[in-house]
Amino acid sequence: MEFLVASGVGVLTAAGVYLLLRKRTFPVVLGLALLSYATNVFLFSMGRLTVNLPPVINDLAQAYTDPLPQALVLTAIVISFGMTAVAVVMALRSFLENDDDIVDLPESAMALDPDPEAADADVAGLDAPPGASR
Amino acid sequence: MSLVLIVMLPFIGAVFPPLMIRAGRNACAMTSFTVTLLAFVLLMAHAGTVFNGEVVRASWTWLPALGLNASFFVDGLGFFFAGLILGIGLLIIIYARFYLSKDDPMGTFYSYLLLFQGAMVGIVLSDNILLLVVFWELTSLSSFLLIGYWKHLPDGRRGARMALTVTAAGGLAMIAGMLILGDIAGSYDLTDILLQREAIQNSPLYLPALVLILAGCFTKSAQFPFHFWLPHAMAAPTPVSAYLHSATMVKAGIFLMARMWPVLAGTDEWFYIVATTGLLTMLIAAYIALFKDDLKGLLAFSTVSHLGLVTMLLGFGTPIAAVAAVFHILNHATFKAALFMTAGIVDHETGTRDIKRLGGLAHLMPITATLVMLAGASMAGLPLLNGFLSKEMMLHEASLTDWGGLGWPVPLLATVAACFSVAYSFRYMFHVFFGHRRDDYPRKPHDPPVGMWLPPALLVVLVVLIGLFPESVAGPLVRTVSRAVTGGEVLDYQLALWHGFTPALGMSAVAVTVGIVVLKNWRAVRAAWLAGPHPEARAMFRATISFVVDLALTITHGVHNGSLQRYLGFMVGTALLLGYATFLGSTHAPGERALLPATAVAVVGWVLLVAACLAVVTMHRQRLLALVVVGVIGLIVSIGFVYLSAPDLALTQISVEVVTVILMLLALNFLPKETPRESGRGRHVLDAALAGAAGLGVGGAAWAVLTRDFETLSGYYLEQSVPGGGGTNVVNVILVDFRGFDTFGEIIVLGIAALAIFALLDGAMFGAVGRKLAAWVPDQTRAADRHPLMLAVATRVMLPLSLLVGVFIFLRGHNVPGGGFIAGLVVAIALIVQYMASGFGWAAQRMKVDYHALIGSGVLAAALTGIGSWMAGYPFLTSTVWHFELPLLGELHVASAMFFDIGVFLVVVGATMLALANLSRIGRRAEHLLVNREPMDVDPSRPGLARSRES
Repeated sequence: MEFLVASGVGVLTAAGVYLLLRKRTFPVVLGLALLSYATNVFLFSMGRLTVNLPPVINDLAQAYTDPLPQALVLTAIVISFGMTAVAVVMALRSFLENDDDIVDLPESAMALDPDPEAADADVAGLDAPPGASR
Repeated sequence: MSLVLIVMLPFIGAVFPPLMIRAGRNACAMTSFTVTLLAFVLLMAHAGTVFNGEVVRASWTWLPALGLNASFFVDGLGFFFAGLILGIGLLIIIYARFYLSKDDPMGTFYSYLLLFQGAMVGIVLSDNILLLVVFWELTSLSSFLLIGYWKHLPDGRRGARMALTVTAAGGLAMIAGMLILGDIAGSYDLTDILLQREAIQNSPLYLPALVLILAGCFTKSAQFPFHFWLPHAMAAPTPVSAYLHSATMVKAGIFLMARMWPVLAGTDEWFYIVATTGLLTMLIAAYIALFKDDLKGLLAFSTVSHLGLVTMLLGFGTPIAAVAAVFHILNHATFKAALFMTAGIVDHETGTRDIKRLGGLAHLMPITATLVMLAGASMAGLPLLNGFLSKEMMLHEASLTDWGGLGWPVPLLATVAACFSVAYSFRYMFHVFFGHRRDDYPRKPHDPPVGMWLPPALLVVLVVLIGLFPESVAGPLVRTVSRAVTGGEVLDYQLALWHGFTPALGMSAVAVTVGIVVLKNWRAVRAAWLAGPHPEARAMFRATISFVVDLALTITHGVHNGSLQRYLGFMVGTALLLGYATFLGSTHAPGERALLPATAVAVVGWVLLVAACLAVVTMHRQRLLALVVVGVIGLIVSIGFVYLSAPDLALTQISVEVVTVILMLLALNFLPKETPRESGRGRHVLDAALAGAAGLGVGGAAWAVLTRDFETLSGYYLEQSVPGGGGTNVVNVILVDFRGFDTFGEIIVLGIAALAIFALLDGAMFGAVGRKLAAWVPDQTRAADRHPLMLAVATRVMLPLSLLVGVFIFLRGHNVPGGGFIAGLVVAIALIVQYMASGFGWAAQRMKVDYHALIGSGVLAAALTGIGSWMAGYPFLTSTVWHFELPLLGELHVASAMFFDIGVFLVVVGATMLALANLSRIGRRAEHLLVNREPMDVDPSRPGLARSRES
């Protein structure tokens, strides 16, 4: 059983990371969702696996499952939902703004190469270019 | 208390000049003067105690956990420096009043000056090295403001930046050194540290601490090779140069070396680092000073040279050398500040500081000329003036010092430096004031108003008095200060004008002779100098900084080029490396825990999960399909939770799953339905490798944990759930009670996320995006019946039932699986189904709830529950249980946590609905749909029905 859960978490993580590294927003959002599943199950399993033990106080119960990871994961599930929702809406807005759903900045804005003269002048106290003196 | 006041007064006073400037320039200067005078008087009130050899302290704990205490003390050394700072400060304030022109913002100037003054006084009176470091950095910052005071001058701005870069970098090194030192000594209080000479010098960390602290001292005191910033800082107004760059700030490094002298000095490391640096600085700077044509440049390098002299004396490590150092600090402060002020006068009155354009001023400016002659002669080390005395002591000590087993290098180099020193002093005196009177001064020179010449004159009086009567004028002070520097040793020495025919006297004589010869043959010397090499420290500094900036740009743009793929790749890669490093360092033995058997059901679930994951990865380009499969994965995870004894999680997961899928479907309505193939093969392989490694790592970590036993703190929660939290569902009790504060934070985050979604979507309704939406053409064919009759009827019938289920889940939550989170999601789904079945317009008209208010009231309800415990005198969110006896229902338990859970419920409903309803609003905007007003109107666009425009 433990192996099934551990390997399941691993497969979920691998799939999530792979989708996370895609170029378009929607796969990235899906990847985020898969990674959330993986993380939540991983956290949950920190309380070790138990079958047929209640997290509810009961006179008949012989033993209990560990309720603490469950409580933490419960809020984690809700928060991952909030995060996924924000991500998906951001993807939507970005698509509406830019007419494409590529996650990277456009080529023109990438690896901005500032004017080296100006940058040095500002930092090193070199002669600033005319017009930048004020 | 008055000690603290001495430090605080300048800071408090810094507020006033910018206000007082409205009452005029004199009022402004007077305010600053009064504040400084007050601090000075307070300091002098301690004079008697200090001269008796006692130490005055004031202290209170500030951050004891960090060893940072606001403690101050004044001993001889602190008293001496504080006196210098405040005393010369007074003169500078008067001088600046007349120096600054009407166009200069005087209020700002005095404000900066007082800030700087306070920081300096703070350095010299701090009894805590961390506090000292804070003041140290404050002087770097305030001096940056002062050097760049004339913002319109590019030289000023560059000089200020350079000074800040160098001194702040040194300051950072010093922080590290101080932390090491404090760690060795076990205390950050100077008083304690100064008692631990043995422990510190025997520590293996002594050398790193020493080097780091000295880096701070050397940069601040402009020691070689950090000397280059000081001359560029001379672009500042002359009062600033006179104050910061001769009398005070550059002495901060010297001060610290003197302060730390008892614990750091006396070792070989100390001698070779400090004395050698000092000697080289003295020599090189004196050489450069001689050939400077700018008066202030000459004085600046001369200052560097004299600071080198003091550093060298401290580096010798003998008590008598320390006395000489102290005496020279005093003498240098008097004659150099006077010389700076006279240089300012010359600049002010003739319009130039270029020695080549000056000459013959003696008759035109007799008062200034007299002051320069006396102060300059003292700098040259001529007898009867104070500079002579300390220079003699320096040469005497130098003549006794071996370097690397050799007796000659130190005395020889010291004498050479003295020759240069005499020559540049004479150059200022004779090339400016003697020679032919010229007729091309930029302005007609004459002596300045009394306010400008009086401050240097007062200093020159001191120069002469100390020179003539050293023991009676300066003796007690030097003795007190030296005792503080050397840690209380009583020394046998005599400050006197005449020591007989000593080697030092001979060296002095040589220096004066050579100096005169150099000046006589100035043209030849200058020609020789012009023919030689002139390494430019500033160019090297520039090159260094450019290199660092380029390196930073390369690294930054390499990692951070605007590609999310790359960022994420780096993040995953870094996480993998860190994880792998940890993996290597820990045990690889298999776990001992007994494992659960894998049942057939579990294996089936696992196969489904793995297959679904593979399917998502391979088919992710068909987005709808991928989304459906992700839903399947969510379902399997929920079932897994049920199977593994976590009913609450299963309920939450499955309801979240529904909401998430609806949300993604709504978004996908507008997004492209397919992902194009773009990435190359290499990219896929690399990503797959990263993903595989990540999966292996996380899976392996989970396996390692699951196969090992553990200790949990859940025992407490299980025991206390009923008596403490009033509920049997421990998971829910933890959420709303034990860890209620966490949950409180979580619902706030959820609310913020919903508001962010609202902002993103609401903004898309207007402007360019709004027009784009309005012109949007659906890329898929629509179903013929927009609101299928069966669905509409069924959902409307279901609504009250679903709400009832929500309430039921909420109410039972405290004792059996359920609770606010799950109930909120269930109710939200019940409402969303109405939107789906009957259309946004129809549902929105009937749902008159403001979701923003719902989120707000939820957070408020949770907060009020918490605050309620305050009212009852308990900490935030302490819960109570009330018992009621009701007819028919019997005894009833109501926990206060119930109200908290209501808050959770409201936030979850509000946040979910806000997000989804706004997504559907976007959809309606894009599709120009009519609102169906009739109860069972499945498609309002059908002809023949009463139409109503969208509202």
